[in-house]
Amino acid sequence: MQSFTQALLEALALIAAFDGDLQEIIILSLRVSLSAVLIAALIGLPLGAWLATTESRLRPLLVTLTSALMGLPPVVVGLVVYLLLSNAGVLGPLQLLYTPTAMIIAQAILVTPILTALTRETISQLHTQYADLLNLLGVRGSSRLKTLLWEGRHGLLTALLAGFGRAIAEVGAVIIVGGNINHVTRVMTTTIALETSKGNLSLALGLGIVLVFIALLVNAAVLGLGSYMRGQEVTGNG
Amino acid sequence: MAEQLLATESQRQVRPVTGSGLHILRAGRVLLSVPTLRFSDTGCTVIVGPNGAGKSLLVRSLCGLTRLDSGTVFWAGTPPDSRRRLKVGLLLQRPVLLRRTALQNVLFALKVSGMGRREAIIEARSVLEDSGLGMVAEVAAHRLSGGEQQRVALARALALKPDMLFLDEATANVDPASTLVIEQQLLKSMQAGLKVVMISHDLGQVRRLADEVVLMHQGRIVEQNFTSAFFEQTSNPVSRRWLAGELLV
Repeated sequence: MQSFTQALLEALALIAAFDGDLQEIIILSLRVSLSAVLIAALIGLPLGAWLATTESRLRPLLVTLTSALMGLPPVVVGLVVYLLLSNAGVLGPLQLLYTPTAMIIAQAILVTPILTALTRETISQLHTQYADLLNLLGVRGSSRLKTLLWEGRHGLLTALLAGFGRAIAEVGAVIIVGGNINHVTRVMTTTIALETSKGNLSLALGLGIVLVFIALLVNAAVLGLGSYMRGQEVTGNG
Repeated sequence: MAEQLLATESQRQVRPVTGSGLHILRAGRVLLSVPTLRFSDTGCTVIVGPNGAGKSLLVRSLCGLTRLDSGTVFWAGTPPDSRRRLKVGLLLQRPVLLRRTALQNVLFALKVSGMGRREAIIEARSVLEDSGLGMVAEVAAHRLSGGEQQRVALARALALKPDMLFLDEATANVDPASTLVIEQQLLKSMQAGLKVVMISHDLGQVRRLADEVVLMHQGRIVEQNFTSAFFEQTSNPVSRRWLAGELLV
């Protein structure tokens, strides 16, 4: 118990000092996860909206597939991306293994099915409500998807948050494709794993606290943004 | 030039909306069976009848929203096409408004119709002012009262200058003051040439607005008559029973 208290105090001291190493790890974590969520959003939002509105015969298959992919084990994704990016892999010549880009790719693969499935769910409900109006106005194709995505913006914000939560907390895939190299690919989760195994509990705990704090901050930001947007709608500037 | 104008005008026209051999069957039950249909070209036609009579299905079919098992709907003699879609308006019992301000709802429809943003903003404001909704233009649509929401939906439909407007019990959940405003606006638009086809359960409203009444029962048109003739002189036994307040089963 004493060692835990000591570790906690040291961790708080580390956070208070906010040294270069800590900054580097936090910034890289945010960069990797935010980029992964951005890429996943660019794919998942339109794909989810399309799945919600299409009458294609492929729809049930794709819906089942995206739902199944939501539960992808991160280590398996890490392994597949590792094989693709390793020298013997098809993407080997790009020399991306053990770089932040490889970590972004792995996280984007993990987050895309989540965003696709959550978007499909949100847009399906909206589509039931708006199908007649959009049909009457002849709004089709990409403008139909854009309209529905905009109408679902509050729900989609929560989906993005869920995606970011998955990405920032993930350790299995990034440790395989990133290699946890100091000053290059070391992020919060991989550092926590490494430092815990080394017995350096204060740094692990410090990063753990920062991770939880970031999660809370993002949640608060999304909630705040949501109510701000609703407020804007009332006054008409939204 | 005159020919061109005439051609543009005919492209915009959906009247008369007619139908032949309209049939919808579900699980072996006839939901709609209308061999021939033609509403009067002007004024207001009100479709009445008990719940489940097929009124909404008929209106949705005529708007091109519900697929028929057989039969064809014609807009001004030709089957419905996307080009003239904006010339047909539809108001539902529950107004369908986007999660935006009242102004942005009207603006959306105008922009979809191909109007430039600047022109659309001016037009949308003027349409809302004309509808007495200028004060709530900047309010989020879902914050408005039910009556105001329906008035915004009507303003949006009228902004597109439709040739024909369908209303499916659009005032059923609306307060009397808003109903009055909506009815006045419909009368004004009809004077300017709009054809209105509405479904209503409110006999007072039928008397106030209808030039022509269509009674439906079990998916079929039982009677189509001028309003005064329908209420005062009908010899149709089903119409008489319905007017007497009997439950049609």
